[in-house]
Amino acid sequence: MTNVSSLLGNNLRLIARLDIKGENLIKGIQLEGLRIIGPPNEYALKYYLQGADELIYMDCVASLYGRNHLSNIITDATKNIFVPITVGGGIRSVNDAFKILRAGADKVAINTAAVANPSLIENISREFGSQCMVLSVEAKKVSVNKWEVYTDNGREKTGIDVVDWVKKGVDLGAGEILLTSVDKEGTRKGFDISLVKSVTDQSMVPVIASGGMGTPEDLLKAVNEGGASAVAMADILHYGRSNINDVRNTAMNAGFGVREYFFE
Amino acid sequence: MNEIVVIDYGVGNLLSVKRGLEYCGVKAIITSKPEDIVNATKIILPGVGAFKNAMQSLESLGLVKVIQEVANRKIDLLGICLGMQLLLDESNEFGLTKGLGLIPGRVVAIPLKNNEGIINKIPHIGWSKLINPEENSDWNDGILKTIESGDSFYFIHSYMALTNNNKYTIAHCLYGSEKIPAVIQRNRIIGCQFHPEKSGEVGLKILREFCEL
Repeated sequence: MTNVSSLLGNNLRLIARLDIKGENLIKGIQLEGLRIIGPPNEYALKYYLQGADELIYMDCVASLYGRNHLSNIITDATKNIFVPITVGGGIRSVNDAFKILRAGADKVAINTAAVANPSLIENISREFGSQCMVLSVEAKKVSVNKWEVYTDNGREKTGIDVVDWVKKGVDLGAGEILLTSVDKEGTRKGFDISLVKSVTDQSMVPVIASGGMGTPEDLLKAVNEGGASAVAMADILHYGRSNINDVRNTAMNAGFGVREYFFE
Repeated sequence: MNEIVVIDYGVGNLLSVKRGLEYCGVKAIITSKPEDIVNATKIILPGVGAFKNAMQSLESLGLVKVIQEVANRKIDLLGICLGMQLLLDESNEFGLTKGLGLIPGRVVAIPLKNNEGIINKIPHIGWSKLINPEENSDWNDGILKTIESGDSFYFIHSYMALTNNNKYTIAHCLYGSEKIPAVIQRNRIIGCQFHPEKSGEVGLKILREFCEL
């Protein structure tokens, strides 16, 4: 596939990612060793006011316990946050998706249940539209330019090749890919650019690069070399090492289109 | 101010529309009952998902004729995203389907390639600037009164609503080199392709203006 420029006339999206356990915003390293950061919606509101283009809430232990606790948190967030919200973790059926959309989510991100039952991707995109169906992919490197799909927040191997899985997911109706590098996640060492590139080369739908953003400059490679349409940020924001406004300025100075937003 | 009726036909994030209106100080009623809609003075038709399913849902709830009737009685009607597309005559998403026929035009897929041969990523997801299509298009009076050309809004869609006459398209955005209708209007029937309830403060301004029309 040639001539795919990830941004074209479209603006790069800057997304704040909130990993949730129970009622808390947490953060791990390589999806493990989870540490409590604080109340999720305090952080969510801060990022919204800084001009985050979207928010992602991910219930990290939902698959483990077979439930998703996020409904109340999301419903609460919609009182004063007016940007798109994607929710993931433990969504197993069209009905689960319906409930979380009714609670105030705009999109659902699905990993574990989609791997177990790929037709769920098709059913959700039929019912709510593919713009609603985000395929969440946790990728772990196995050799040069080869990554394996993991499920259950990076705990379980599947033996499935990441690029093959993304192609299949898009064919089934996924409208967006949330691509998390398990190796880079929480390490602050930058995105896995070759992973991002391998996926964007094969995907007609937008790809969100997630995992490893250590400095605002890390997003430049994810877009220029990786071809990402959006970047997800967690650690870098939660610990205040940077903020959305600085990240936007970095993107703007590099010549990327971003949403115009005036942070007061 | 009168309350606003938000039509519920089973899909989408209705809560955010309600919360956006509440944030503007307006009470919203989410309903699928024809009697609530008949008596409304301002209606929002939200929606995400596919055109065909949406029309089938409206049909099975007995709402197609009701919406057409109240819209022609000159109440204020705002269609959002798919709700905007439903205002047109027809769409070819998953087979040709008739729409509400309130604004002349048709819904077609965003082209996969632009005229330079560059592939467009579909869906179009993200924040795009509103552009005034002609210098003389009047934003000073109406729903875009407080909006400036260049303000960015959140779009997420694979199809676009092409009106039959340029005068119905009062704002567009650019996706690559593709001009996409962003706000359409005929009399008091308005559609916006982006989500005002998901476009931060500038989006809420649009909801506020709709409430004050």
